Amino acid sequence: MAIQILIPTPLRVYAGKQDVVEAEGATVGELLAHMTEQYTDLRKHLYGEDGKLRSFVNIYVNDDDIRYLEKEQTPVKSGDTISIVPSVAGGRSR
Amino acid sequence: MSKLMLRSDAESDIRRHGRESYPHECCGALIGRGGEVIEALALPNMTDEGPRRRFLVRPVDYRAAERRAMEVGGELVGFYHSHPDHPARPSRYDLDHAWPTFAYVIVAVEDGEPRAMTSWRLREDRSTFDEESVTVEEAPRMGQG
Repeated sequence: MAIQILIPTPLRVYAGKQDVVEAEGATVGELLAHMTEQYTDLRKHLYGEDGKLRSFVNIYVNDDDIRYLEKEQTPVKSGDTISIVPSVAGGRSR
Repeated sequence: MSKLMLRSDAESDIRRHGRESYPHECCGALIGRGGEVIEALALPNMTDEGPRRRFLVRPVDYRAAERRAMEVGGELVGFYHSHPDHPARPSRYDLDHAWPTFAYVIVAVEDGEPRAMTSWRLREDRSTFDEESVTVEEAPRMGQG
């Protein structure tokens, strides 16, 4: 079951310069795993060294943030749209 | 060294935003077209870590910036923020939170007055930022597009 994942501007260069890619899986975690198998350079920008999604990477299923659903265990179905949406953060040192 | 071209009104908008937000950090998106930044889109700083030294652009505002870029037939080039009473150099915190390919413009604001403006790009292996030169271009005159 191929599901569309919307890629934000800074990551498109690592996804074949596409703004939408397709991946397969029954959960968000499976989809992202399949996507990063196809586009391996995406991985280091989405996941930290601990293997967890970086805190400023937001994943939406349709309009809902997966943090308020079942996180990476959130089920997905045909017709859903997954969005990777950056939080942009920074600031001076303490 | 790569180069970031800023239209002069975008550059002055960033400086004004930095001045008006002082002593807090300001932030916004850089909208580009044809190889130059044509608009600095001010966004709310939604950090809950103290806006004197942090900024946060929420996902909803990020999406608004992507939409704005599409509306003007351009692209999202990067983001800007201010460093109140601090040099215009990226911090470790900036590095940890940076996205690849984006330009990160920093304006230092000293005692409320905007000073140095720099631009940085995350290195491919995420190890550091590389500085790029900033060139300010006058906006085209009426009738010249």
